[in-house]
Amino acid sequence: MAKLELQNLTKAYSRDIVPVKKLNLAVEDNEFLTLVGPSGCGKSTILRLIAGLDQPTEGRVMIGDRDVSPLPPGDRNIAMVFQSYALYPHMTVRDNVASGLKMRHLPAGDIQKRVQEVSGVLGLDPLLDRKPAKLSGGQRQRVALARALVRNPDVFLLDEPLSNLDALLREQVRADLKQIFEDQKSPIVYVTHDQTEAMTLSTKVAVLSEGHLQQLGHPHDIYKTPANRFVASFIGSPQMNLFPLSRSGNDVALGDFRLPLPGGVQAASVILGIRPEHLRLPQEGDAHIVSGNVFLVENLGMHDLVSLKVQGDPSLTLRALISADASWSKENLKLALPPESIHWFDGETEQRLK
Amino acid sequence: MTTVPQTTSPPAQTGDRSFPWMRVLLWLAIAFTVIFSLAPVLWQVLTSFKTNAAITQTPVVYLPGLDQLTFSHYLDLFRLNQFHIYMFNSALVAIVSTVLCLALGSPAAYALARLRIPGEQILLAIVLVVTLFPYILLFLGLLEVVRAFGLANNYLALIIPYTAINLPLTILVMRSFFQQLPRDLEDSARVDGYNTVQMLWRIVLPMTLPALVTTGILAFIFAWNEYLFALTFMSREGMKTIPVAAAQLGGTTLFDVPYGPLAAATVVGTLPLVLLVLFFQRRIVQGLTSGSVKG
Amino acid sequence: MTRDYIRERQQRTGWLLVAPALVLLLLVYAFPILRAFWLSFFTENLSTNLEPVFSGLDNYAQLVQDGRFWQSMRNTAVFTVLTLIFELGLGLIIALSLDQAFRGRGLVRTVAILPWALPTALIALAWRWIFNTEFGVWNDILLRLQLIASPVNWLGDPFWAMVAVIAADVWKTTSFVAILLLAGLQSISQDLYEAHALDGASPWQSFRQITLPLIAPQIVIAMLFRFAQSFGIFDLIQVMTGGGPGGATEMVSIYIYAAVMRYLDFGYGAALVTVTFLVLVAIVGLTWLYLARLRAKTE
Repeated sequence: MAKLELQNLTKAYSRDIVPVKKLNLAVEDNEFLTLVGPSGCGKSTILRLIAGLDQPTEGRVMIGDRDVSPLPPGDRNIAMVFQSYALYPHMTVRDNVASGLKMRHLPAGDIQKRVQEVSGVLGLDPLLDRKPAKLSGGQRQRVALARALVRNPDVFLLDEPLSNLDALLREQVRADLKQIFEDQKSPIVYVTHDQTEAMTLSTKVAVLSEGHLQQLGHPHDIYKTPANRFVASFIGSPQMNLFPLSRSGNDVALGDFRLPLPGGVQAASVILGIRPEHLRLPQEGDAHIVSGNVFLVENLGMHDLVSLKVQGDPSLTLRALISADASWSKENLKLALPPESIHWFDGETEQRLK
Repeated sequence: MTTVPQTTSPPAQTGDRSFPWMRVLLWLAIAFTVIFSLAPVLWQVLTSFKTNAAITQTPVVYLPGLDQLTFSHYLDLFRLNQFHIYMFNSALVAIVSTVLCLALGSPAAYALARLRIPGEQILLAIVLVVTLFPYILLFLGLLEVVRAFGLANNYLALIIPYTAINLPLTILVMRSFFQQLPRDLEDSARVDGYNTVQMLWRIVLPMTLPALVTTGILAFIFAWNEYLFALTFMSREGMKTIPVAAAQLGGTTLFDVPYGPLAAATVVGTLPLVLLVLFFQRRIVQGLTSGSVKG
Repeated sequence: MTRDYIRERQQRTGWLLVAPALVLLLLVYAFPILRAFWLSFFTENLSTNLEPVFSGLDNYAQLVQDGRFWQSMRNTAVFTVLTLIFELGLGLIIALSLDQAFRGRGLVRTVAILPWALPTALIALAWRWIFNTEFGVWNDILLRLQLIASPVNWLGDPFWAMVAVIAADVWKTTSFVAILLLAGLQSISQDLYEAHALDGASPWQSFRQITLPLIAPQIVIAMLFRFAQSFGIFDLIQVMTGGGPGGATEMVSIYIYAAVMRYLDFGYGAALVTVTFLVLVAIVGLTWLYLARLRAKTE
């Protein structure tokens, strides 16, 4: 078991196409790191660099104390689950699972034992002699997992392993994945564009955009204290309300409403953020209240997602999640902004203001 | 001609409206296609079974009686003209060159599909342009090569050019096949610890078999049918291939043209290809189109 | 920057994989053409005891005044243009009918590609027999239909011999054109036709406005391939007429073959090869440029 460390990792295809820029990351044993970001943010490239399928332009990949950068993928003792599962179509499930072990010339008896173990855990026993074409999507996905687990690798890499499953199955398999990997000691790097997967599975999330690491931290922290505007808008659903505002004195104006800036803020312009789920119907004692006319109500079941135009500036759209039981009027709806739930970002740098 | 989807629209067109023109046109075109494609071949088959008297009877006999049918032209072909030798030569040259062509062409196709070698675009352009060269432009230079290496009347004199003339098509068809293979499989093999050669041999090749069959059939057809090189490089009787030997049947006797054996020779020489087409129609079409359209 | 070992290793393997094929292609394609170009500046025939003697542009000077060469070029041009027109027309009809759904379509498709697969030299024998003056089935049919009064000497008459070889070549190669066009037709989504029909278009209109523009690439490619092959046609003519009667069907390729193999005039044969190659390249190149410009204009 070993720690995975990326040092100053850079991948450039040309001067302008640089999918990974000077990335530093460490994943310890028992850690589950998720790389999350929009498509094209470089997350898959990072995985390929760790696997050795691509070579970094600069920087190193360390596993334990070993610099594996010059090693081909087969010598790195990593296992990878591909988005398309990449099962060899001409081999049975058993041979697919055993393939990586055979390449390492393990004794046949050991191979058989380990395949049996893993297939028992994943419920593959009745499928072992089938070819991949005869399996359902969920079964293929489990074979792909088995092929990784059987290897006892130093690092697990998973590239959007759930994205080819339909929505219902995905939730089920996500839960299974969490259980399976809780028993694994080796560091896990998981790539996804789905923030729910990132939040539920990981012990650590890295949010990436345009090749840069935007924030690294526990899922909870990333939700609670997003480091910048990008993370704030990317994590959380429905999306956080974000309003670029210019300050006047120690206040900012949101339509007709004035809100005080927290103390010590120097920035000339700021961005105010508040999550729809943190807006609420006013109670007594609420200091900051805005109002406006509702123009759209989307029923999400437990909640209504309400969109309203802020009074005084119709270009500002505020979205709020309101419990479906609550009663309210569409005209001039008042909403409270709890101060502890407001996020402030610098208007220039878009970084979080302390 | 019709472009309206016939499966979905015929009731509307045939029932309440006037005469179903489209349907009639379609069947006329199909009848034309079938007659056009088959008639010359069938006529040759019929001729090959007619007695010499029936062949040279006027007006032409379309439905020969039993006494006008014979198998002797075929027997002559093998007894007098040793057609089994020509068959063997054709088969040997075609099969060996096909196998060679696949062995050389598929790795090149893989490299051009996957390995991003510098000059890839130029190589592809060369391969494409070369498919347009008529063989007649090559035969003079090849004749010199054949003479320089003393390859006249040697199977290699045909195997080498046949391998080469099939390479462009092989490379184009196989390349478009490799491009359709999911890349993840090869990445997965690398992570599993396969090196490039092992990966090609144990992961890529098994998946490639159908495409190899397709390409192989095309290469075999071209090699079996080639005439110019076979005519030029093989002068000894025992080394000739079917097309040359058959074409020269008529030239041997000046006055009495052996129509029957000629027809029989045509049938014998085309039969292997007719069988190939019957069994592999779909693959042939697929190979031809992926080789020339996508390339 | 560190070196990209993976990429380098990949490229090294790539070149190793490509090299054997490339060497063979160069040997069989590039060498003969370059060799012909070189040899065309030498006289190498019976008068020089088949030894090459440098003679500058003599071969080309001879070629310019060689009526037989120009005649063969004219024949080739007529043959190529007419076969291309008929193949495209018939190929389109066959492709369109094979694109429809009907019972037995697979069988008809098999039948339709048969002519393409058969050896040209043997097919030439079959056609020679069909066009036989005395016993040929074609004369018999025409006589029975009373379209002709007495048998036509198809392969013995300069005009009809050309007609006969064109007919045979069209038969042999139309299926290739049809296969390519069919692939184009099948890549057109049925939705397009349905949408167009809802707009009120007639089948003829959708053929003009949807089918033709969308299979234009396949038409161009099929014609390009067919042009090059037709231009270099050898086996069919050699077996059917040998270039006769009196040179009426002598194509450039037949003349080249005769110059080398019959008259043993290697230097002149090389000049013929060189000029034919350049003409072919020029026509293909100019067509390509024209099409590229046309495309640039419409976009």
